[in-house]
Amino acid sequence: MNALDKESASPHGNRDAARPTNVLIVGVGGQGVLMVSKVLAALCQSEGFEVKQSEVHGMAKRGGSVFSHVRFGEQVWSPTIPRGEADIVVALEWAEGVRWLDHLRRDGGTFIADTQRIVPPISFRNRTRNAASAYAPETPAEVVALVGNGFALDATSMATGLGDRRVANTVLLGALSTVLPFAAEHWLAVIEQFVPAKTKDLNRRAFLAGRDWAVSAERVPAAVATDAVAQKVTARAIETAPAHLLTINEAWCKGCDICVKMCPERCLSLNARMVAELARPDACTACHLCEWLCPDYAIRIESTPAVKGAS
Amino acid sequence: MDHVLETRASARTPIAESSSAPTAQRASRPLTGNEAIARGAWEAGIRVAAAYPGTPSTEIMESLADYPAEDLHAQWSTNEKVALDVAIGASFAGVRALASMKHVGLNVAADALMSLTYIGVNGGLVIVVCDDPGIHSSQNEQDTRLFSRFAMVPCLEPADAQEALVMTREAFDLSERFDTPVIIRSTTRLSHTRSLVTLGERTVPPSGHFREDPRKNVMVPAHARNRHPKLIEREAALRAHFATSGHVRWEAGRRDIGIITAGTPYAYVKEVLPDASILKLPAAYPLPLDLIGRFCASVERVLVVEELEPAMETEIRAAGLKVEGKAFFPRVGELAPEVVRAGLESAGILEPQPKVEPWQLTPPARPPVLCSGCPHTMSYMALRALDARVAGDIGCYTLAALEPLRSIDTCVSMGSSIANAVGIAKAGTEAKPIIATIGDSTFLHAGIPPLIDAVYNDANITVIILDNHITAMTGGQDHPGTGRNLRGSETARVDFEQMVRACGVKWVRKVDSYNVAEMYQACREAAAFKGVAVVISDRPCVLDPVKIKGPPLEVQAKNCIACQSCMNLGCPALGWSEDMFEGHHKVRINAALCIGCTLCAQICPSDCIHPSVQ
Ligand SMILES: Cc1ncc(C[n+]2csc(CCOP(=O)(O)OP(=O)(O)O)c2C)c(N)n1
Ligand code: SF4
Ligand code: SF4
Repeated sequence: MNALDKESASPHGNRDAARPTNVLIVGVGGQGVLMVSKVLAALCQSEGFEVKQSEVHGMAKRGGSVFSHVRFGEQVWSPTIPRGEADIVVALEWAEGVRWLDHLRRDGGTFIADTQRIVPPISFRNRTRNAASAYAPETPAEVVALVGNGFALDATSMATGLGDRRVANTVLLGALSTVLPFAAEHWLAVIEQFVPAKTKDLNRRAFLAGRDWAVSAERVPAAVATDAVAQKVTARAIETAPAHLLTINEAWCKGCDICVKMCPERCLSLNARMVAELARPDACTACHLCEWLCPDYAIRIESTPAVKGAS
Repeated sequence: MDHVLETRASARTPIAESSSAPTAQRASRPLTGNEAIARGAWEAGIRVAAAYPGTPSTEIMESLADYPAEDLHAQWSTNEKVALDVAIGASFAGVRALASMKHVGLNVAADALMSLTYIGVNGGLVIVVCDDPGIHSSQNEQDTRLFSRFAMVPCLEPADAQEALVMTREAFDLSERFDTPVIIRSTTRLSHTRSLVTLGERTVPPSGHFREDPRKNVMVPAHARNRHPKLIEREAALRAHFATSGHVRWEAGRRDIGIITAGTPYAYVKEVLPDASILKLPAAYPLPLDLIGRFCASVERVLVVEELEPAMETEIRAAGLKVEGKAFFPRVGELAPEVVRAGLESAGILEPQPKVEPWQLTPPARPPVLCSGCPHTMSYMALRALDARVAGDIGCYTLAALEPLRSIDTCVSMGSSIANAVGIAKAGTEAKPIIATIGDSTFLHAGIPPLIDAVYNDANITVIILDNHITAMTGGQDHPGTGRNLRGSETARVDFEQMVRACGVKWVRKVDSYNVAEMYQACREAAAFKGVAVVISDRPCVLDPVKIKGPPLEVQAKNCIACQSCMNLGCPALGWSEDMFEGHHKVRINAALCIGCTLCAQICPSDCIHPSVQ
């Protein structure tokens, strides 16, 4: 069945004319949060509502957390949505959805999130043995269970399946369309204004795929897409670094500084006698680099065997 | 994203085209506050506009450049003082002019402003200053309303995009009528909120000309002494004007509570306490105290709701009126409906709402980062290896202060790095090599005088000019080093190497930011040089003006020793794979994000990063 034929329940909008409908759109810089919110704002505008769309630029392109508020109704005062009063939170990336979830109203708010993960560089900072990257440990199933009306869809994989991962945002708009009281054809007409002509058909299919999915949803995708490995950090015991394993043969060290410059953790330094010294033993991960690079074989690392099955 | 939803230029609203629309049919358009300000200025018939970019003000000048060049000259200037001086010149010459900047830009332009206020205007002159309460993208959250009071320049505060348009248009009349520059104060929230705006027509006032009047235009002591009393008269006249201005809104409501507010906080008040009596003022300075007195007398209790400093509250109290405000509302950060509501609750005006327990979720921190392949990356890797003391500056590269590059020790204000380094060197307490790092746009903005200072005073420092051929941080604006102007036409281009030599620097070397060995060697030699040495790190930004995307690289997992050397670049394309080596994650490259800069491949000690084989 075609998604266009279906009546959507549209739980938001129209229900209390005096109160605006609040949609918070979140994601990572560079994903297109601002443009998704522009589409929604343009649509609401064309449906005759007063609309305020508010965002913060500046850091938007630098991979940081980005958000945009869209409010529409008979009359809208504040451009921003108070915490706990978003009717809908749309997340273009999973952890960003988790970050902004508290903005959702507790009585019947809708949460729509792409389950794709974009793990930020800073999440790979824990260099201790067997440490995992830091990422939201909450699973889509857990979060969907938490909120009244939750959709966690793998929009990025759906988009890739359609031929271009970049239409993931349109897939999400398709899902969003099922909870707002606007006709699918109106959505498509507005989306078309924002996409290059040659991708109209692709975007149409993406929109309908998202809409179809939401109408018939199990609400959580079978498999979660992983952009990088991300595990529950808290769940796993972390071994502390074997600090005492590095030894420097002072007699052989000629103070060439190579190990000092190359150590990824900045653990080594030359002391007053121009001999290498482990200045920050706690930071040493026993990665062996200095041992292998030392032209005089002055450094030895005695490493414990690798811990199996760490991932 | 560009497939789904277009980015930048192409998606910009062509707000200019409706200029010929018939008056009877007032067109309306969704505009951001910044676009509305630009539109208002264009409708007022401005002929000259100048700015230096700065969030959240940048789009004002970008939108003005969307209007026909025959209508107005719009330009990027090298800094805010230059921009304001250009506008002052245009005003001298008898046309309407505008300068726009972010809040801290006014500090740079302050010297000109403090004289301008004595001089007044010939053609109407408006300065748009965008504050950043909440510090979304700035180094502080100073309140321009205090500045305007200091300079005795009226400060209009629009509450939404519609008012932004109308107030900007009328500000030029105000400027000419009261012989004063006018500040329009916006905030991030107004500048970057889009709502429907009814457009007006452009009317260009009859062209003026330069008026020879040394007693007004030449600020020497004798003339300035005569001008100062005029400012005080002007203040009184403006006070009276703002009591009757069409933008005053006195909304009679509850007798027990009255709210005095202005600008965007008005919307928050309407949201949470719509039935209060409200006095919305058009300007934070000067205040119509008589009117305020009458309002205070009409209600039992008065609260002043304003963002940041108690600018209005202090003045109203000084006039002997009984008002409250900052006892309940914060002096720091951005206001929002929930903040105003909390303030009204603590004032006992609203019933406390039941507290909703937050879901205890734990998303990872996601600070902004340098892009994959950002040309700034290697400079900071080199400085980190040198273990240098690094005086930083403002731009994308300030992000190198964070992990994992973590190689910037200070960040003060635009252009501070070089003179800060001079000071550190002259203090004589630092054993490490002393380095200043400064972006190309920042160098042109405020880096040249301190470089001359360093040479003149023979400071032993190294300056790294991070020339990425653009003003990247603010979204990719041209500057005199790019060879293009605001409207994208070719123009003269500053040659940094020549300029630096002309400042008297003897050791100068230009290096490719993507050549690890060259970059490192240059920094080492420069640091060893006694005196001022300059390294120009040269590569275009990967985002602007064109997006750079080369073939991605790949990690050959079997050779990766998980040493994490490449991970120290902080490149967003680099992440951990599930493969481990002795308890550490091997690295993998996200092909969609990698731009093929090869930095990681050059850093990798086990030579396992190579061009992708497929
Ligand atoms: C006085 C002042 N004006 C403007 C700004 C806004 N601003 C911050 S960084 C920046 C530009 C930096 O450009 P550049 O030095 O070339 O470095 P890039 O971002 O390109 O790395 C601007 C305009 C500011 N912070 N202070
Ligand atoms: S926008 Fe340009 S200068 Fe800024 S982080 Fe990205 S590549 Fe670097
Ligand atoms: S080549 Fe390496 S450092 Fe450069 S963008 Fe690709 S992954 Fe990042």
